[in-house]
Amino acid sequence: MTATTLPQTAGSTAPARRRRPPRLGGYVTMIFATLVLGAPLLWMALASLKAPDELYQVPLQWFPAQPDLDNYAQAAGAIPLGRLLVNSIGLTVVGAGLKVALGLCCAYALVFLDFPFRKVVFGLVIATLMIPPQITIIPNYTLVASLGWLNTYQGILVPGLASAFGTFLFRQHFLTLPRTVLEAAELDGAGHWRKLWRFVVPMSTPTLAAVALVSVVTEWNDYLWPFLVVDDPSKMTLPVGLTLLQNTDGMTNWGVLLAATVVVTLPILLVFLVLQRRLVAGLTAGAVTG
Amino acid sequence: MTTIATTRAPEDPGAPHAGSAAPERTEPQRLRRSRLAAGRRRTALLWALLLAGPNIALLLVFVYRPLVESLYLSTLQWNLGSPTARFVGLGNYVEWFTAPTTGRIVLTTLVFTVATVGGAMVLGLGLALLLNRRLRGRGIARTVAFAPYVLGGFAVGILWLFMFDPRYGLIQELLGWVGIASPQWYTGRPWPLVMVIVVYLWKNLGYVALIYLAGLQAVPQDLKDAAALDGASAARTLRSVVLPLLTPTTFFLLVTMLLSSLQSFDTIKAMTQGGPLGSTTTLMYSIYVESFVNGRAGYASAVATILFLVLLAVTAVQLRFVQQKVHYA
Repeated sequence: MTATTLPQTAGSTAPARRRRPPRLGGYVTMIFATLVLGAPLLWMALASLKAPDELYQVPLQWFPAQPDLDNYAQAAGAIPLGRLLVNSIGLTVVGAGLKVALGLCCAYALVFLDFPFRKVVFGLVIATLMIPPQITIIPNYTLVASLGWLNTYQGILVPGLASAFGTFLFRQHFLTLPRTVLEAAELDGAGHWRKLWRFVVPMSTPTLAAVALVSVVTEWNDYLWPFLVVDDPSKMTLPVGLTLLQNTDGMTNWGVLLAATVVVTLPILLVFLVLQRRLVAGLTAGAVTG
Repeated sequence: MTTIATTRAPEDPGAPHAGSAAPERTEPQRLRRSRLAAGRRRTALLWALLLAGPNIALLLVFVYRPLVESLYLSTLQWNLGSPTARFVGLGNYVEWFTAPTTGRIVLTTLVFTVATVGGAMVLGLGLALLLNRRLRGRGIARTVAFAPYVLGGFAVGILWLFMFDPRYGLIQELLGWVGIASPQWYTGRPWPLVMVIVVYLWKNLGYVALIYLAGLQAVPQDLKDAAALDGASAARTLRSVVLPLLTPTTFFLLVTMLLSSLQSFDTIKAMTQGGPLGSTTTLMYSIYVESFVNGRAGYASAVATILFLVLLAVTAVQLRFVQQKVHYA
């Protein structure tokens, strides 16, 4: 359709029709949906700032009269909250970093290096996307236990490091890179290491960001594996610490439990709010590239 | 387990320096070239080992080895940590098929899966249609809707447990506004299962909506205009033009949601621990209970294999479907 120059063609009446104010119903529905979907998070945050008598008041009170961090202090007294936060941040940063590096290097080899059984190796990587983690848990648990890795950081970290999804995304991106640039680099005498870091990585920042952010989210939220491997509070991650708090304080002390839940969810929410576009691109990759 | 099958890789153009022997060369030249090529191939292999080796090694040790070992474990009567095991062949599988709890677990899994997948698809499409309209502030709505998807399932379970608290929760308050007494969400069947389903919907709705939104934005406007010119109502256009064009998106989401729903664990662990009386124990949850609560690792491996086969069947259907090229208009 080449209706760009003629304002009177049929092509422009359609946008004009669409520009009419959307019906009120649309706005009402949207605001209602936003409130319903957003309320639980808001409710959690507010509850974590309430005093016990405000929490257990009928009818309910939305806003705390005197918001304070008492619940947070109590949560930090019941479980080593600061230590858990440090553990979670450390394991997430190291885990996501290693995952990105492994995926990046593996994809480089699969795309830019000619070696025997390259297709087989790629198939091996891709097929792991179809193997659910559940089936690997019992053998991995016995292996980690026999290595003496229960209650250690490496026990939490290492079994989940292998990168299949990241490798796949990087490979997809590398196949679209202009080969001439890399051939020119090669003629200038650049080796593979230099080609990878000086040419491929700078041309791949959106994919790098997407893989890194998805890895950060999955590492931070990972629950079942660290829950099985660790029962020493000083080695726990935040989601596992939440289980500890739930078991000790139970449902008797909602304010404290919700304060800890805020500590678990707030960092990842902030990452999401700040880097929304890239994170969403990573999480929905695979669906929208087709 | 991740689905990526709708993505189509462009065919690998092959390595740039796969030496094709040029004709009409003198013998020494050809010899030198082939020696050079052999050297290059060796360097490439070394670099491949260095770069891809660590990742492949980790995959072999922590994915493929346990996969094979799990199949072997499923033929044993073996308790976690026990030094002795007894070979029972297919005994564990036979036990699963005849166990009195199996029927209930399969039914719970079916209800949970159908409700969460179906619900997320329908509500997600509705939300996507809403967000596809030119409404002010729809960016905020999209952010709020997607936010739960990035949160951990365990934390989400805890926060919703408070929402559902029959005495002090927000939901009993809202139900009270319309004069409904709060059901016993924690204890009275079928409410614990309903509760877990609601939470799962809340967490995944934004993802479904976002994928649908991308699909909707790819529907050509002239097709919708043409339908409108033909006098089709909005509902008719949706049914006869938009939805058929969204078939590939729908199929992708159906498979992705099925796989993720069949593997959900964290939220159930936080909210109900599979109870009360096993009423929220899905197939996935039963694997955890058998292996790490009851310690029956051999039997649990058999159940894990059964779940694996179910997931594999879902994926196989998807691969078949994708191969019969879905056509976009």
